[in-house]
Amino acid sequence: MDAIILQILNGLDKGSAYALIALGLTLIFGTLGVVNFAHGALFMIGAFCAVTMQRLLTLSHTVIDPSQTDFLGNPLQTKVPYLASVFGTEGAQALITWSVPLSIILVIPVMLFVGWAMERGLIKHFYKRPHADQILVTFGLAIVLQEIIRAIYGANPIQSPAPPMFSGSIDIGEYLGFQANAIVYPIWRLVYFAFSAVIIAAVFAFLQFTTFGMVVRAGMADRETVGMLGIDIDKRFTLMFGLAAAVAGLAGAMYAPIVSPNYHMGMDFLVLSFVVVVVGGMGSLPGAVFAGFLLGILQGFASMNEVKAVLPGIDQIVIYLVAIIILLTRPRGLMGRAGVMED
Amino acid sequence: MLGLTQKDFLLLLVVVVLTLLAPIILNPFPVNSSLGQSFNAGYPALMQRFAIFGILVIGFNILFGLTGYLSFGHAAFLGVGSYAAVWMFKLLSFNIIPAIVLSVIVAGLFSIVIGYVSLRRSGIYFSILTLAFAQMSYALAYSVLTPLTNGETGLQVYPSDPQYLAAEGAPSAPHVFGLPMAESTTVYFGDWQFTFEIGYYLCALMLILAFYLSIRIFRSPFGMMLRAIKSNQTRMNYTGLNTKPYMLWAFIISGMYAGLAGGLLAAMDPLTGAERMYWTASGEIVVMAILGGVGTLIGPVVGSGVIKYLENIVSKINDNVLHGAFNALPDGLENVIIKIIHPFVGEGWQLTLGLLFMVVVIFLPGGLVQGGQRLGALFSRRSRNATAADRDAARQKPAE
Repeated sequence: MDAIILQILNGLDKGSAYALIALGLTLIFGTLGVVNFAHGALFMIGAFCAVTMQRLLTLSHTVIDPSQTDFLGNPLQTKVPYLASVFGTEGAQALITWSVPLSIILVIPVMLFVGWAMERGLIKHFYKRPHADQILVTFGLAIVLQEIIRAIYGANPIQSPAPPMFSGSIDIGEYLGFQANAIVYPIWRLVYFAFSAVIIAAVFAFLQFTTFGMVVRAGMADRETVGMLGIDIDKRFTLMFGLAAAVAGLAGAMYAPIVSPNYHMGMDFLVLSFVVVVVGGMGSLPGAVFAGFLLGILQGFASMNEVKAVLPGIDQIVIYLVAIIILLTRPRGLMGRAGVMED
Repeated sequence: MLGLTQKDFLLLLVVVVLTLLAPIILNPFPVNSSLGQSFNAGYPALMQRFAIFGILVIGFNILFGLTGYLSFGHAAFLGVGSYAAVWMFKLLSFNIIPAIVLSVIVAGLFSIVIGYVSLRRSGIYFSILTLAFAQMSYALAYSVLTPLTNGETGLQVYPSDPQYLAAEGAPSAPHVFGLPMAESTTVYFGDWQFTFEIGYYLCALMLILAFYLSIRIFRSPFGMMLRAIKSNQTRMNYTGLNTKPYMLWAFIISGMYAGLAGGLLAAMDPLTGAERMYWTASGEIVVMAILGGVGTLIGPVVGSGVIKYLENIVSKINDNVLHGAFNALPDGLENVIIKIIHPFVGEGWQLTLGLLFMVVVIFLPGGLVQGGQRLGALFSRRSRNATAADRDAARQKPAE
């Protein structure tokens, strides 16, 4: 039983990353009808926003202390972050350790801008061209973004730790009445799950309960009619692209303590999140979220030793296997509407 | 000639001459000059890659160019072909003929299975199905199939392998009936140096055969049928025609081409690993085809050549080479120019590739071949009206 709960937790935490990326992909596909292969790159840029925040906070100037000397006999030089002059030394240290959560305030404007620029600058010109062309141009863009990041930050993964308060593990088993040390889980992963749940809820609430969201939903259902009612639907869809980019960026930034950001992490996530979108159903937002968590949990169970003893190697391929079965038996996906992209 | 129209025969002739003379054409600079060391591409290891990837992309083009089905998992066939060839080396002998034959057959069988399932869907679903199959093969080759693939170490030939058919005194490296692949003659011509290698000429021969076969397929009723499927599959179905067998054959032929390329890769260097099947490798194949010109005959060869050239030559250019190239300029200007170029060469060659690829997709849907045609139309002596009409035709029906 404890092993099962552990795998469910594993699945929820992987699944929340899949679900966030897939949610953004589906938003873009549902509104603009574009298959965005650069979405993994947006996830990666988000992670590097966390790195940038860390660097911004640790920007420091050198102070020379003539009263002390280092081992060579020169006056001692210490680096003091600029922040220290505002918040004091300890305050600055505390802020620096919180750089990953703080990066959220950097991610949102940056990603909204990146998404807006991408849509207006490039993707706008591809609406009338076949899906294959959209895949290809966004694939090219993903390569370019990835290489730009590599040119700036180098090829090595960059450590970006979680705040000390969340960096350890906790023993969940004890709260649930199991033996001590039965279910020990890293706290940050639980935080990540909670965070993604909040983001997903926020996106759905935004679409469901605001006038803006209502117009967007109407546009997803019938773009032409909404346009005829005198609403500039293109402008709103552009904003939705920015929102989708921001969701991917947030997913990436908060993922930084789990996997140290490197320039190819986007490509690694891209294929899986595409599979998630297809399993959930192209254009179905609840489908994307549901399939994300479902596939995450399935992957968790498949990597249990008991399962692997029966079906060796199943943990590596279970996601693709599910995708193939779904595509062959129910091409519109688990929760896709009938008639949408069903060929 | 050879069952080709005059125009196609000329094209084939150009390809034959270019591949056979490649060791000379690709060495335009003296061997010891700084230009020669950075820009000469006429060394065997690279030319073999030109030829092998040319074959691979020609095969991919038969599927994508003619039918419009975008396979994102084509590297799987390449990987399977390589594994089959190395197993032949391990079991029989280092003679490459059985290895290549088996790699083509195995890749063909593999593509029957994948094609039969994937072709039940079209459009983006087909892309994702092939991608999923390729990723599954990659993951399995890394984990469960380790007895067959030797996992992360990669499959290679050990001295303890049986090699049942190995003759006494045969070379202990891949060879064709005793002629080692790596054997070469070097000809000096003044400061120039040309290397002619058996391995390269074997690949060149295969490339020419592959190219000839692809012309025949393009011009055959079968090729016509594939094009009809591309332009409107639904209508083909309504006329009472079952398009499935045609699609499956196109997929299998294309997979066999990839298997041949994989076998040749193993014949150049008898070791292989699962990373050849990773999905970015499939992406590279797509990039090559698009860059050269999808649906054209010569495009795949151009595309794979350009990318392998970028990969091997541009990635070698460092700041020293740049300083050498811009020596004549004043120092300040030189530094500025080098600073601008620096991110695009050396380790950043993929940035150049990505940008080039995007430019081609955005402005030249027919690839570099279409670009060449437009340039040709621009400079041709025909009247302006004819050129404009030509350009309109090219826009409606990009390249071919």
